[in-house]
Formats: sequence, C-alpha cells, structure tokens
Amino acid sequence: MPTSYPHLSRRRLLAGTAAAVVAATGLAGCSGSSSTSDAPKTQAVSQADIDKAMATPTTLTFWTWVPDIQKEVDLFTKKYPAIKVDVVNAGQGADHYTKLRTALKAGAGAPDLAQVEFQYIPTFSITKSLVDLRPYGADANRSKFVDWTWSQVTGPNGEIFAYPQDTGPLGMLYRADIFEKHKIDVPKTWDEFAAAARKLHAADPKVFLTDMAANEAAGWHGLMWQAGAKPYSVNGTTVGLAVNDAASQKVAGYWGGLAKEGVIATDPDFTDNWFQGFNSGKYATWLTAAWGPVFLSGAAKSTAGKWKAAPLPQWDASKPVAGNWGGSTTAVITGTKNPIAAAKFAEFLNTDPETTKMFNTTQNFFPATKALVDDPSFSGQKSEFFGGQEVNKLFSEINTTVDKGWQWPPFLDQSVKDWTETAGKALADQGDVAAATDEWQSRLTAYAKNQGFTVSAG
Amino acid sequence: MTTRAARNSGYVFVTPFLACFLLLFLLPLGYAGYLSFFKDQLVGGTVFAGLDNYVRAVSDPQLLDGVLRVALFFAVQVPVMLLVALVAALAIDSGLLRFARVFRLGVFLPYAVPSVVATLMWGYLYGPDFGPLAQLGDRLGFEAPNLLGNGLMLSALSNIVTWEFAGYNMIILYAALRTIPTDLFEAAAVDGAGPWRVAWSIKIPALRPALLLCLIFSVIGSFQLFAEPDLLQRLAPSVIDSAYTPNLYAYSLAFISQETNYAAAVSFLLGLVIVVVSYVVLYVSSRGTRR
Repeated sequence: MPTSYPHLSRRRLLAGTAAAVVAATGLAGCSGSSSTSDAPKTQAVSQADIDKAMATPTTLTFWTWVPDIQKEVDLFTKKYPAIKVDVVNAGQGADHYTKLRTALKAGAGAPDLAQVEFQYIPTFSITKSLVDLRPYGADANRSKFVDWTWSQVTGPNGEIFAYPQDTGPLGMLYRADIFEKHKIDVPKTWDEFAAAARKLHAADPKVFLTDMAANEAAGWHGLMWQAGAKPYSVNGTTVGLAVNDAASQKVAGYWGGLAKEGVIATDPDFTDNWFQGFNSGKYATWLTAAWGPVFLSGAAKSTAGKWKAAPLPQWDASKPVAGNWGGSTTAVITGTKNPIAAAKFAEFLNTDPETTKMFNTTQNFFPATKALVDDPSFSGQKSEFFGGQEVNKLFSEINTTVDKGWQWPPFLDQSVKDWTETAGKALADQGDVAAATDEWQSRLTAYAKNQGFTVSAG
Repeated sequence: MTTRAARNSGYVFVTPFLACFLLLFLLPLGYAGYLSFFKDQLVGGTVFAGLDNYVRAVSDPQLLDGVLRVALFFAVQVPVMLLVALVAALAIDSGLLRFARVFRLGVFLPYAVPSVVATLMWGYLYGPDFGPLAQLGDRLGFEAPNLLGNGLMLSALSNIVTWEFAGYNMIILYAALRTIPTDLFEAAAVDGAGPWRVAWSIKIPALRPALLLCLIFSVIGSFQLFAEPDLLQRLAPSVIDSAYTPNLYAYSLAFISQETNYAAAVSFLLGLVIVVVSYVVLYVSSRGTRR
C-alpha cells in the first residue's frame, strides 16, 4: 500500500528511530483503517480524478450543529447530483466533540466531515483525525479568506486542516440607555472600563457593568488574545505552555481585581439566570464576539433598541487590537472513504458566493471570506435591535485588528477544564486570579508531560 | 416430560438474560479491566502499564476528595431519606390516612421523573437571582442563601436525591409491611398495644431486611452519584469541579482529558470501594441481629 508510506515516516519521526519496531507494528495497526482504494493522499489529486469522484454516486455524512444548513447543502447537491449528503446533528460544542472522539477511537461510525471550531483544530489534528486538504486544491483558496482565519486552519507543517466558515472577532455590546442614565461615556481603554464599572455599581448596586462569566474559558481566551498573550505553541511533539505569561497575568489581575471589588458579576453564562440578567438589565455590557449581536437580539428581546455596539476597550488606545471568540470550520475526518468528494464539499460550502452569503442571511454567521466582509450589502445592514446601527460594519473593522499569531493547544478540553478549576474558580470566589494562572500553568504542564509531550516554557 | 428436558428448558429460559448479562455487563467490565492495565498517550501511543494506573489512583488527592465527599453525602442523606420513606410507609400502612392512595402516588411520583428533568427543575428553583426562593427573599427584604454556593451545594444535592428516591424506598418498605401476618396485630391488640406500640415493636423490627435492602441500594446510588452534580455543574461551575464525585471524575478523565485507561482504573477502584462499604454495612447489621 504505497499510500500509507507517508504515514509510516510520520510515525517513525514520532517514535524515534530506536523504536522503529514499534512504529512498524503501529503501521500494521493503522493500515487496517485506511485500506480503502481511495485513501487520503499527500500528492495532488488530478482534475480527472476529481471529475470522476464528483460524478460517482456517493453518500457523505456531515456532523454539524448549524441550524438549517440543509439549505446550503442543497445548493451543493444541485450542482453535483451524484453526491448525497447526510446532515447529522450530533450535538453542539462539547457533546459533539465527545461523540466525534468516541467514534474515532472506536474506529467506526465517524462522519466524512464535521463542524470543528477553530480552537479545536489542533486538538483533533494531534490525533491525526483531520485530513490535510492540500492535495485537493485547498491552497488555491487561501486568498479568499480573511488572513487570520486562514492561519488558524493551517498546521505547523503547512497542512490545511479545514475551511473557515464563520468567525467571532470580539467587540463590546452595551446598554446605551443605562450608560446615558448614569452619565457614563463608552470606555475606550480598560482603565476607563474599570472606572465605569465602579461608578455604575456605586450608582445602582443592582447593576453590573459586565458579567465576566467564571465558566467561560473561550471568552477569556479571546481577551488573552487581545492582550497579546502567547499561551500556546506547538512544534511537533514539543508544546510550549505559558498560560501565565505577562499578558495573561495582566488580564487575570485586571478581572480578578474588579471581581474582588464586587463591581462586576461573575455569573455562569448561557444559563437561565444569565438570560434573565440581560432582560432585567442586570448587566450593562456584554463583551462578546461578532455572532453575539444576533444572538442577543433573540435572547433579550425585551431590551430591543436599547443596545449599541462598540470595539473592545483597549490596553493601548493608540494600537487597537481584537481577539476572537468562536467561529467554526468544516473539516474532513480521517478514515473517510471519499476524501475527494468530502474535500470538494467542504470547499464549495465555504467558498461558493451563494452559500457563503446564505450563511450570513440565514444563519447570521459573521463571514470568513474577504469578498463578503467587504460586500456593502453585508456591512451596510442596519440592526433594529441596536437602534439602527450598522453593526456588521463595526465588526468588519474590528476583524482587521485580530492578531494573526495566536495558536491553540493540542489538548484544549484539558486547558479549559484546568482554567475553570483554577482561574475561573478564583474569579468566582473573589480570590487571586493572577496567582491562579500559575496553578493553571502547573496543572497543564503536568498533563502535557503525562501525555508524552516535551514541554517548553512559552 | 423427563427431568432432563425440564433441566434443558430451564437453560433456554435463562438464555436471554444470560446473553444480555454477558454482552452488556460482563464483557464491558472485562474490557474496562483490560484497559486499566495500559496507558495511552497523545504522543507515543499505547503501552502496557501494569498497575501504574492503580498506584496513581490510590494517591490521587482529587479521587480521594471525591470519595470522602460522597461518603459524607451517604452518611447524611441516606438516613434522612430512609426516615422519610419509613414514616411515609408506616403512615399509609396505618390505615389512618384519609387519601392513602393519593398520598402513596404523590410520594412515589418524583421517582417517575427522570433524574435529569428533576435536577433541571431544582436547578431553576435554586436560582440565585430569579429562583422562587430568591425572589421571595427579595420581596420580604432578606437575602436568601445561595443554595448553589460552596457551603450549601452538598445539601442542595441531598435534597434533590431525597426528593427523587424517598418514594421509591417507601414502596419497598410498604410492600414489606403488607407481608407481616395479621395475626401478630391481632395478638398485639389483645395485649392492649396501641398503634404507636405496634409500629415500634412489630412493624419496624419486621422491616429490618427491607431496610437493609434499601440501605445497600443507597450505598451504590450515593457512591455512583453522577447525573445531579453533572447538571448542576453548569449552574455552579466554580463549586462543582470535574472531580466532585468519583464518577464525575472518571467521566471527565475519559472524555475531557482523554485518559481512558486511567478512567477505567478509577472506575474499578470505585467499584471496589462500593463492595467494601456494602460488605461493612451487611456485617455491622448482621452482628446486630445476633446480639
């Protein structure tokens, strides 16, 4: 099986030359799952092969939680009638990934394609569960996507693991009426934000300037991203960990301080209590991603028209930077018998002008393609919930300030769990959050070592 | 029909159970036991680890904390729950209740509610801002205690579990009460015993085996506590960590930390703890009988 040789060399690299025997046994174990006639290749696939694959009757299974994605899928099957796509909703977020990992581990029942959020790409590529899309012409699409999104789907050796679908650059949504009532100016820096938090809570003890949810590791990572933290880096089997670097500690100290003063809330988010908090005016801002405005307009209907959107407060007002929270991609899952059709489906879904536009108009996704972000019909939309503001335009501007250098760890679930039990807990208990990041670092380091990684600082 | 054929037909009747028992219980158990002797790393693959996972587990403070927590839970919640069940069963059996059937159904009904639904419901009732208790406090001008906070979480969980299972235990005890021969009560009446005396001297002693059964079920239930803390974790993530109960810990090890093998070892050790505690309960109570 010539197609498996690259697999062997990769394994050899991992196991080291001394363990060549082990590697050979490993190969024997692997070849079982990839012994199909059309296994993923590393050399480019010819146009003739692609044409053939797209005309052969095929069924693809696609796990996604995106509501009504069937509409976009139908556009694909209209163009390629030989290919049938089974859309399966296997749950959202953690449930989805748990099922996917279980199926991959069991060696049966995994889909051909899956929805994968940006932050989970290294977690699944470390277990070689994502197909490198370069042989299927992925590189040609590079220029279509917003730069930072493309670097998020690119692996350490230039692999392209997925097509970006939507993104979540961070901004600030605020209750203009509450700000006006208490004569608070929209904060442009984090110092102004802290002063506003104190002023507002003193004026009305039932209102908090914001809720920094003590369970929301993803949002927290977005703020670390904005502050210029570099907590993770991956280089083969060496992983750099610095979740307590200077920028991370700055973020932790800042929020820990406000929580300790009691001028911000730390309630868990996406709970009934939290939704009611927005409706009742307990929280005056939501530091959230570009998908937030539409989400909020559904979750806090009773406050329609009172909101406005602004960029995140800055650490350095002269150099505006944003982080990202959420957004997802379409990835082809290792073990698929139809990698060509799957790769072309992922490509069509996320590059076709009609489907990408539909993702915005139907699912309210914030687009990942340059063409749509710059499209006046997108950025010119006025939102009633935000008093007629052109919210998309604002987030498009923020989108250009997202830092490109951010990387995710190959074991994100563990980092999220450790964050929740250290920094998140300290935040909720009004403890020393900056010191808790040291505990986060040491727990994560122990885990990485136990999993066989070489750990370097930063 | 010969005896031999009768014996064979016995096997045929047992086969469906045996097949399920083997496929759904013994086989997974054996597989988990097998897994617990290996170590699978993200880098480096699977290697035989011998007893390493078990050595790590017995000295794992997170696991120990969890076991102690559920032991405390067992020590406080189970007596309360069994007392409630006992009083309810005696009340129905006494024949003095007016709507005994309605009462019986009412107490049993929570058991018919899936524990997930029950926990979600209680989670709402416990809500710190908008739960009924908090709102009542707000109206009356006192600050309601945070039932989802650090200090009260175990009590909040106990309350949910008691609500769910008191009725179930009541039915077991009530069924046992119905099997007591009526001539005992007649004899007691002749001797001039009132209802309290009958309950104390005849009914409760006769309930001993049934109470023991309930106790053993409760040992298993308490030590395997999972669904309730797992769901309340979403509402109180900083109070319920991933190792709050041993089962929650095993789950998070397997599905979050990707340490399936270590999770298998933790599960096996937990099974061992349950066997030991059950044995101690049986031993202590059988000594009581001999006395």
